[in-house]
Amino acid sequence: MRFYEYESRRIVERAGIPVTDYGFATTAAEAGQAAERIGGPTVIKSQVLTGGRMKAGGVRFADSPEQAEADAAEILELEIGGHVPVGVLVDPKAEIEQEYYAAVLWDGRAKRPMMLFSDMGGIDIEQVAAEHPDHVGRGHLSNLHPIADFEAKQAVARCGMTGSALNRASAVLARLARLQRDYDMTLAEINPLARLADGSFVALDAHMEMEDEAVGRHKPMLHEIGVDLDEPRELYEPSEFERNVKAIDAADHRGVIQGKDHGFHGDLGLVIGAGGGSLTLTDAVRSQGGRPANYAEIGGNPSVAKSKGLAIEVLRKDGVEKIAVMMSIVSNTRVDIVARGVIKACLELGKDPAETIAIFRIPGAWEEEGYRILDRYGVEYCDRSVSMWEAAGRAVARVQGDRTGSQ
Amino acid sequence: MHGTFIDVEVSGAAASDPELARKLEEVCPVDIFAAAGGTVEIARENLDECVLCELCVEAAPRGTVVVRKLYDGTRLER
Repeated sequence: MRFYEYESRRIVERAGIPVTDYGFATTAAEAGQAAERIGGPTVIKSQVLTGGRMKAGGVRFADSPEQAEADAAEILELEIGGHVPVGVLVDPKAEIEQEYYAAVLWDGRAKRPMMLFSDMGGIDIEQVAAEHPDHVGRGHLSNLHPIADFEAKQAVARCGMTGSALNRASAVLARLARLQRDYDMTLAEINPLARLADGSFVALDAHMEMEDEAVGRHKPMLHEIGVDLDEPRELYEPSEFERNVKAIDAADHRGVIQGKDHGFHGDLGLVIGAGGGSLTLTDAVRSQGGRPANYAEIGGNPSVAKSKGLAIEVLRKDGVEKIAVMMSIVSNTRVDIVARGVIKACLELGKDPAETIAIFRIPGAWEEEGYRILDRYGVEYCDRSVSMWEAAGRAVARVQGDRTGSQ
Repeated sequence: MHGTFIDVEVSGAAASDPELARKLEEVCPVDIFAAAGGTVEIARENLDECVLCELCVEAAPRGTVVVRKLYDGTRLER
């Protein structure tokens, strides 16, 4: 789950990390009042769940409350990347001595949280890490042991900080680390973290992302900071494929299907699932040179209609000529029901199942019955004696064979 | 008209038995049967959802309901 900047500020504030005396406003008049209260020059920032605010004109600097109100009126009308702002954040224009970067994120490879700190804040951390690796300090944290301040201090010290700045920045990073753990954040980032003229540190901008599965247990905190849990917070606008698959799933309680195609542009459609099978099979296709057209999950004994619906949506995607129907062995989904669904999809689209289904590998319940159906339509299939890797390879070979043959 | 994979036949006399119609509607987990006006009505659009549970065959008098698997020519009946 993603948060707007003003919500992230509230989360950071609750964790005891100093922030500026900001204000959140949903109308231009409120923004003017916030600027009046803050006093002095302010920054007016659009509250949208997308990047590129500065370039799009969603961040403006105002010298007076009147100008802040006028800027807010324009920003509130400004759509950025298809996102309509939910409000504006009014921030004092701080007198900054130096900007830093602080973050704690979930390191999926290490399966542990990782702290990141840099004395070059305000810019893209990937760029800093690539061009100035000695200015980035890192440190992994235990999943079990309490987070000790010295661990944060070690990470901060690795980028060369010393003295009072080291002590103050370490305290911020340690609190950020506890926040990340306490609230199941996949990312807790402050950028920039500013050192002001008096030596104090304040968070000027914050970016939080919470593990979706954890939202339920953090409802009290989310309620307290004013998060609307009914508001969809997708990372991107769902495609027609994604919307259609979601609607098919919602219309029938039997089994589960999911489909994603954001960032996929391949020619092999995937109807895959079961106990981690989707990730494994997508990787298996890609690492053998295949180009998946989508990601999918199917399981829990879907109906024939639901299986058919997913297969039709996959087959209707541009560039898809074949589908691979594969599952992990842990599935208890009925093989014959899925076989009927995917074959019906082919038939309804006027396609030959034998040519369209590159491979069918669903080991599990009623597989003998399923094989009789697949035999009837001449579909290539395999049982559990063929690994997911091999099955994916056979699907890739069939797609590539077709492509070679047509050249 | 039948499904792509499954067909169900209810013999003529049994099809107009209101009690059997009600029973078939009750036992079928995928709504292939409906009791309409005291007769057995078959929802063609649901035929391919048949899970081969044989509850309809068991619920009906011997020889009155047959489930045909069109993909291999076999039948479920008693």
